Amino acid sequence: MPASTVNTKAAPRPAARRGPPLAWVGWVFLILLALVTVIYIGSKAWSNPILFLQNFLDGLKLGFVYALIALGYTMVYGIVKLINFAHGDVFMVGAFTSFYAVSRFNLHQWPLALFPGINPGLSIVIGSLTVVLLSMGVCVILAVTIERVAYKPLRDAPRIAALITAIGVSFFLEFFGALPFVFSGRFIPYKSPFPTTAWYIQDGIHPIVSGTASPDNTISFSNIFLIIAAASILVQILLQFIVKRTKVGIAMRAASYDKSTARLMGINVDQIISFTFAIGAAFAGLGGVLYAVAYSSIWTQLGILPGLKAFVAAVLGGIGSIPGAFVGALIMGQAESLTMSYISTPMRDAVAFTILIIVLLVKPTGLFGEPAQEKA
Amino acid sequence: MAEIMKGESVLVMGDATKAFGGLLAVKDFSLSLPKGSLQGLIGPNGAGKTTAFNLITGIIPLTSGTVEFKGERIDGLEPFEVTRLGIARTFQNIRLFSNLTVLDNVRIAYHAHSGYTLTDSLLRTKRYDQKERELTEKALDFLAIFKLEDIAGEVAKNLPYGQQRRVEIARALACDPSLLLLDEPAAGMNPREIQELMELIHFIKDRFDLTILLIEHQMRVVMGICEYLTVMDFGEVIARGTPKEIQNNEMVIEAYLGKGAGKSAAS
Amino acid sequence: MELGYLAGTIVKMVALIAWIYGLLWGLGRKKLWQKALTVVLAFVVIQAVILAKLGGVALFSAFDQTLLYQAITMAMVALGLNLIYGFNGQFSLAQWGFYGIGAYCAADITYRWTNGDASGLVIVGFGVILGGLAILGVGKFLKRKRGVPVLSSFTFYLFAIVAAGLVAVWLGKAVSTALAPGFGTAEAPGPLASPMALQAVFFLSVIFAGAFAALVSFIFGLPVLSLGSDYFGIATLGFAIIVKTLLVNSDTILPFPEMKGGRGMLGIPKILASMAPGDEPGIAGFFKNWTPAWLWAFVFLILVLVIVRNFVRSSTGRATLAVREDEIAARAMGIDVAGNKLLTFVVGSFVAGIGGAIYAHYMGFLTPSSFDFIAGFNPLIIVVFGGLGSMTGTIAASFGWIFFLEGFLRVLLGQLGTDAPSWRFVLYPIALLLLMLVRPQGLLGTVEWGFFRAEGFGARLKEAIAGPPGQKPKMAGE
Repeated sequence: MPASTVNTKAAPRPAARRGPPLAWVGWVFLILLALVTVIYIGSKAWSNPILFLQNFLDGLKLGFVYALIALGYTMVYGIVKLINFAHGDVFMVGAFTSFYAVSRFNLHQWPLALFPGINPGLSIVIGSLTVVLLSMGVCVILAVTIERVAYKPLRDAPRIAALITAIGVSFFLEFFGALPFVFSGRFIPYKSPFPTTAWYIQDGIHPIVSGTASPDNTISFSNIFLIIAAASILVQILLQFIVKRTKVGIAMRAASYDKSTARLMGINVDQIISFTFAIGAAFAGLGGVLYAVAYSSIWTQLGILPGLKAFVAAVLGGIGSIPGAFVGALIMGQAESLTMSYISTPMRDAVAFTILIIVLLVKPTGLFGEPAQEKA
Repeated sequence: MAEIMKGESVLVMGDATKAFGGLLAVKDFSLSLPKGSLQGLIGPNGAGKTTAFNLITGIIPLTSGTVEFKGERIDGLEPFEVTRLGIARTFQNIRLFSNLTVLDNVRIAYHAHSGYTLTDSLLRTKRYDQKERELTEKALDFLAIFKLEDIAGEVAKNLPYGQQRRVEIARALACDPSLLLLDEPAAGMNPREIQELMELIHFIKDRFDLTILLIEHQMRVVMGICEYLTVMDFGEVIARGTPKEIQNNEMVIEAYLGKGAGKSAAS
Repeated sequence: MELGYLAGTIVKMVALIAWIYGLLWGLGRKKLWQKALTVVLAFVVIQAVILAKLGGVALFSAFDQTLLYQAITMAMVALGLNLIYGFNGQFSLAQWGFYGIGAYCAADITYRWTNGDASGLVIVGFGVILGGLAILGVGKFLKRKRGVPVLSSFTFYLFAIVAAGLVAVWLGKAVSTALAPGFGTAEAPGPLASPMALQAVFFLSVIFAGAFAALVSFIFGLPVLSLGSDYFGIATLGFAIIVKTLLVNSDTILPFPEMKGGRGMLGIPKILASMAPGDEPGIAGFFKNWTPAWLWAFVFLILVLVIVRNFVRSSTGRATLAVREDEIAARAMGIDVAGNKLLTFVVGSFVAGIGGAIYAHYMGFLTPSSFDFIAGFNPLIIVVFGGLGSMTGTIAASFGWIFFLEGFLRVLLGQLGTDAPSWRFVLYPIALLLLMLVRPQGLLGTVEWGFFRAEGFGARLKEAIAGPPGQKPKMAGE
């Protein structure tokens, strides 16, 4: 053992290590990876900017739908720390509810049926809104039931028990729905409650005559895209308002921060949790209807992958953060759309998870997440 | 100050600082532990004492400053590497492996020195048999020192609180440390248990030739066994000295009792 | 008919559980000869039962035998998962992906071999050996550097493994071209085309498939295990999805036209075929249809049991448990938590790869839809049912699961027509939910039988853990 006396200060020591060794290697690797991707996509975009913009719009459409689902994930995770696997299936139930409302019961035409003299356009708007509200309502009831029956009894159990339960509920919804007397396991063509109109851009905006394709080298978009975008943004603003300004929102934040203290402050935490599930489910129901309208085919496992990707989006944006979920969802939509058109369609699912892993490695709390501290 | 500097220092912290965002949890913290000493780290709640422990053991990285153990820099090392160099600790809120037996809790501490490799255990070689037997014997001997042999087969979470503390100290010592950090060992103990604990600390210090640094709120323990105290408040050292000196230090009294507290309150 | 089938299945299941109990009890004896005798006896019993007839009807029909193979592979996969999840506390959904990787890897090796091409065997062989060496080399280098961040070490490992892979492909192509004459022609098969050689290649293919899955799990687990529990779970789910996507496009994105992508890979040699009892009288007749099929299945099952048990019952295994119990305390006890998680993950995936290889060779046909991540919840459910951290529970649950749900329920629900699969998946989650509410620690908790119990070392330990006389021994299963 050398050195008999060691001074607390200023002993001649080698300079303090600046950061961990070889950290640059990983960064160089990531930057190279990013550069290759950017250059590859950039060159494709350069060679056909119209197609790129079209992909961008498609990505936005996807992203806005993901945003509607991601909100539910991020709020529920924020408050009960549970990956609510069944959320994607609630989304699916929303799509099916609207399908039955439209195809079986013609609910979207009720104003016209009741008041034959009404303006057909107004009838469609009111009828479609009714369908959407019905789907949202069914989803809310479903989600609150799930929460009360399956999750609530496990609130004090190990977290993993709740997670497994969530997986179980998800399976149940998917396969119960696949039974012939429920939704059936087949792909079902979806009938939209309102007519689709599309436009293309070429020296101005022109409508596309239905049954014909848009001219080559133009960007086209439809009223569905506009509705999805508007709905998603509105929901985002509404939710911000609820969380930031209303009493319930403040209680939600308090409960997600510290449940037992919130309880001491006189907040009914159980009610707040149910409310959180309800809001998330309502938006998922809305998303389900819009998704079905946009992609015009539904089946009982429809919710799995969008649900997972929305969760990934929520993690990407920083779980618990509402703007984070929105931004994460938009990124996810872009990544998927660009992958589909420039890399390979089947790899669209792979890309989502690759991005997730990279982001978590670089910034474990996600883009907008608050740093968590571990207490020893 | 000069008094404690003589002799070989086991642990030296120089201007250790830890910032969480804008908050300085520990600021310019310096400490020197002579070999064989028993020092205390005290201070009001939230003063940064446990953070200081976490900085020593590498659970959280330093923002700036240095930590030296036996003349070598250990800041930047992983916690398990720090432990393998000879620093063991206990935790404020007991962290036993609660579903495992007391025996396994201790045997886990021997992992780094098990003496056989994974290949040995997969093939169940002679060496595995022999080393595993030795290890078990050693663990039982060890538990016997702490009078815990009888409960070697008990699952840790079923033990009463005081015994859990003993097991945790035994487990830390099984890592074969030369420096032991105790984080509030007397928390939640009744006076009789505290008496036993103080005896235990004296006993292990001599038996295992240890240097001990402990965080404690119980003044009885602090004044009873510590040779030297460092007082922290708001992440900074506000006083150092023997228990007697600290007892009469104005700043310390103020930190604990607030401004204007009379001298009489110190005792 | 249904009632008879039900009764028969229950009897068979009880008998199998008894057989497993006997096997574990015998393997748990002290002396080596006792263990060896147990292994031989257990094999003789299972082989005799499979070749036995009762009133002219085989005791185990081809369907039953497939169920048995299925139970064995499920036991392997689930044991591996229990290691990762039950013993180490890392909630992984990637296990099914490694199972798929193992299946396709082994299938490709033997498929190519039967088509006169040794390249699969040689390339994968070189690949896993060189890849393993590359990992060891980089590991040594990084250890000396100390504290290299995950991203950087991942980069090092990735490049080393890719380089090793390239070398393996290059070397393998050269060697397999040199070996080509060994297969001879269709009229005059060379020495390499013999059935014996195929059996040997099968054995190697299983081991290589496990090693390959382990290699992939290493490079995947290294960055992902550092993410923390929930994120790790979702990333592993992503892995399972990616693996399936790649398998569906194995002939387009991946360069394996023989795997035929989503259409499914046909023509894998059915080395583990089911066995019909011989018709002729006498011993020779009894063994007439004998193939090494069940020998292989048995050998690999024992291999997996031994690997998992020896891993768990070692100092490393105790460290694994410590990591599950409390990561911070484990680090404070000098355990390399990140290294331990990675090691456990790799061992678990190795076992899954072996299970996949066995699966490929009794099915003789692989389709990516079998490796869908939804099916991947099966091993998870089995592990939860059997008890997290109970090896015995996992095995019992695997056999029970397969025979009850795949066998009995499928036949019973077959009455309902084509919706049987849906009904099964409606009933699983309900059972799972009830279990979570009533007994979240699983049916067997942490109870272990014979071989899986912790070994006591010396009389003194027994005395110590027995406590005061008259009391029940207190040593828990783990």
